[in-house]
Amino acid sequence: MGGQHYLPLTGDDRQAMLKEIGTASVEDLFKDIPPAVRLKGELNMPPALSEMEALKHLTDLAQQNRHFQNATSFMGAGIYDHFIPSVIKHITGRSEFYTSYTPYQPEVSQGVLQAIFEYQTMVCQLTGMDVANASMYDGGTAVAEGAVMGCGATRRSKVLVSRSVSPFYRAVLKNYFHSRGLELEEIPLRDGCTDRHQLAAMLGDDIATVVLQQPNFFGLVENMSGLADLIHEHKAVFLVAADPISLGLLQTPAEYGADIVVGEGQCLGVPASFGGPVLGIMASREKFIRQMPGRIAGETVDSEGNRGFVLTLQTREQHIRREKAASNICSNEALVALAASVYLATMGSQGIREVAEQCLRKTNYAREQIRTLKGFNLTFPGINFKEFALTVPGDPTVLNRKLLEHNILGGVDISPFYPELENTMLFAFTEKRNKAEIDTLVRELEGWK
Amino acid sequence: MRKPKALIFEISRPGRQGYSLPTCDVPAKPLEQLLPEPLRRSAVPGLPELSETEVIRHFTELSTRNFGVDTGFYPLGSCTMKYNPKVNEETAALPGFAFLHPCQPEETAQGALELLYNMEQGLKELTGMERFTLQPAAGAHGELTGLMVIQAYHRSRGDLKRNKVLIPLSAHGTNPATVSMAGYEVVQIPCDERGLVDLEALKAAVDDTTSALMLTNPSTLGLFEEEIVEMAKAVHEAGGLLYYDGANMNAIMGYTRPGDMGFDVVHINIHKTFSTPHGGGGPGGGPVGVKERLVPFLPVPLVDKRGEGFTFNYDLPESIGKMHAFYGNFGVVVKAYTYLRMLGADGLKQASSDAVLNANYLMSLLKKTYHLPYDRTCKHEFVLSARPEKKKGAGAGDIAKALLDRGFHPPTVYFPLIVEEALMVEPTETESKETLDAFARTMEDIAREIDEDAEKIVHGPYHTVVGRLDEVRAARSPVLRWPSS
Repeated sequence: MGGQHYLPLTGDDRQAMLKEIGTASVEDLFKDIPPAVRLKGELNMPPALSEMEALKHLTDLAQQNRHFQNATSFMGAGIYDHFIPSVIKHITGRSEFYTSYTPYQPEVSQGVLQAIFEYQTMVCQLTGMDVANASMYDGGTAVAEGAVMGCGATRRSKVLVSRSVSPFYRAVLKNYFHSRGLELEEIPLRDGCTDRHQLAAMLGDDIATVVLQQPNFFGLVENMSGLADLIHEHKAVFLVAADPISLGLLQTPAEYGADIVVGEGQCLGVPASFGGPVLGIMASREKFIRQMPGRIAGETVDSEGNRGFVLTLQTREQHIRREKAASNICSNEALVALAASVYLATMGSQGIREVAEQCLRKTNYAREQIRTLKGFNLTFPGINFKEFALTVPGDPTVLNRKLLEHNILGGVDISPFYPELENTMLFAFTEKRNKAEIDTLVRELEGWK
Repeated sequence: MRKPKALIFEISRPGRQGYSLPTCDVPAKPLEQLLPEPLRRSAVPGLPELSETEVIRHFTELSTRNFGVDTGFYPLGSCTMKYNPKVNEETAALPGFAFLHPCQPEETAQGALELLYNMEQGLKELTGMERFTLQPAAGAHGELTGLMVIQAYHRSRGDLKRNKVLIPLSAHGTNPATVSMAGYEVVQIPCDERGLVDLEALKAAVDDTTSALMLTNPSTLGLFEEEIVEMAKAVHEAGGLLYYDGANMNAIMGYTRPGDMGFDVVHINIHKTFSTPHGGGGPGGGPVGVKERLVPFLPVPLVDKRGEGFTFNYDLPESIGKMHAFYGNFGVVVKAYTYLRMLGADGLKQASSDAVLNANYLMSLLKKTYHLPYDRTCKHEFVLSARPEKKKGAGAGDIAKALLDRGFHPPTVYFPLIVEEALMVEPTETESKETLDAFARTMEDIAREIDEDAEKIVHGPYHTVVGRLDEVRAARSPVLRWPSS
């Protein structure tokens, strides 16, 4: 039988326990399951594996995949191959952290609670916002819940979202909105950025939230100046999905007047893991705190006046407010938020700035090299932070296959999401890519076709 | 035992560095040329500055101020705090899983797709459903997915007036919150004197506005809803569907299946039943399975087997769309799949069997001292009421704090709401008889101390790194970041 090593009861134990309960067999304990719904026979599952066999099976599966360690990745579009300092897994691997539950008993959960409090602070420092929550599932659900927050705060039900926001996020947003009858309209693109004139024309006193992304899905730094005034003139909420690494260098959302900041925190020391578990970041101005979903840690004192931390403002949450809660979120991404905290603490102000600057410089270098290649065109003008859209002379799938022959995980094909952009790919350049790798990519692109 | 701990910002010193990066080797250009000043932030972000040693010491000390399953017994009801096998951590960290980009060409991620496919097969068999999506990132996320699928199904049939979802009073808070999020109205169904859903009340509540009944079975009282067949019939006859909240699946593996009980949609909390850890609150995973008629509405993509290979199937025109930017918490699914393969059919059944035996044994010990409002065979958990103790001066919350002092994590307190001063105990199958005996003795000691000096218990805990924390103050004047000003 499988899993015996996780089951401490012996045959003798079971007999003694049944005796205490006053019943003859374990089967008696399942007599309340009506015969009509009892499982006849056994579950049909593959035979149990020993630990050695399980490791072999899973390793065999894992080895079928190409990945950041056996190929050079230029993939981005929201998930990136950033460097992960060694310290992180040694902290998240502390089992006092990873085998604990949500810190509902604060006196024995000060570790997790203080870590969340520190995480909230670091997110505020990065974004310039006043408050942050303990995490959402991912960037996509953070965008969706943030847009809903705006609806709650304004008591309006229509949201504008730029087409320069990740199509992965917009898909989740659309789904969240459709079911509860909220309205969603897309702001058109102009040169790969939000069309500001269209935005101005679409704004009205019925708009709850305006959703933009910085840098946007195409890696472009959008011109945010003046937008906050425009949006606030209509008493709408300004939500920005920001790349946290970019905030080492870029103007903060607070500086250009955003109200809610969300984002994907995978870039903060978290493995890509095929897109999850990752980290939904959420922060806002203080006045939106009551609409904010999810857990929040707060400072307090104990019976002797010592500082301590607890989960707080829980009247927003499902276990207290039930159907009137701000959201249904319960389990979040706490351990991933811990990883992000350790990352930010390790990098510090200077480190995060240096990572951001290297992304910017390397992306710019790659862009300058590739733009001269015959048949390849930069899809959009502007400033690219850590990725750019490239229109390639042929099928992106074929190109990626060719790159893979040279151990390169190429670009993300974004044509399926933008029918007007034929043969267009996103190539990302993090601090991990060096000049030689970029030059190799350029050479392989040049040799194509 | 009191032990103050500085915040990471308080130990930061300007000029210290915890990272090392290679020199940027592309030709240097003036920053102004790459990113004009108005686009840059006016000041550095104000993150802490520490050496690597200090980072490690800080977080290591924090970890020592935390209680996990590896620390000790954690009978937190409804949370299934079973042992988290270490091999799970090893497999999820394999480079072929951990360093995989979600947009990679399918042919470069066949191992990952095969794992998702295999996991789906296992969950289908375990629950008796037709297909699963592994996209939901948590139980509540699964609930929302399931209700959206149900909504899309009704809408596809032009059945537009179904705007209500029925929920028993004993349900988890996520259920009603999910119902609101999906744009539905909640209808509460009372429980009868046995602690089970009041069948007559349910029958009276269902009509042509009923979209679904959401049910946890066994319930949050740890009791199996014996009239499930009649309940399913009543809901189905009115044209509604049945949603199974799989939070308590650990009680019934190999004994019965939601699909066979009549449920149309099910979510499983893989961070509970499948032992992937809870991570201090997450990440979790909430795969959702459905019966055949609901398959067209599942989120995209599904994973299909085509010939010898595996592929993402986005061709579901009636799909609700996406619930997560990518495929959900894949890394958590790797852990759950590892667990599934190691236990196999008989191991899973034995796990449920021992979970139920442990719960009934501990219940039988504790009911000698504490009030058990619903005294019948339980499944994986049971709920005591500390109402008598409360009258003596110390309630469920105080008993919880007393347990902290004695080395145990307490049960869930004040839930379910239908039991006054509730103490919800779920021992799980990975605990030994000695541990259960020791816990029972400790609970008896606490009861005795309440008899002798309830006041002392009320002021506990005494041996934790901080004393009882003032939650009211935290909520009344919120300090949510450092510095507080």
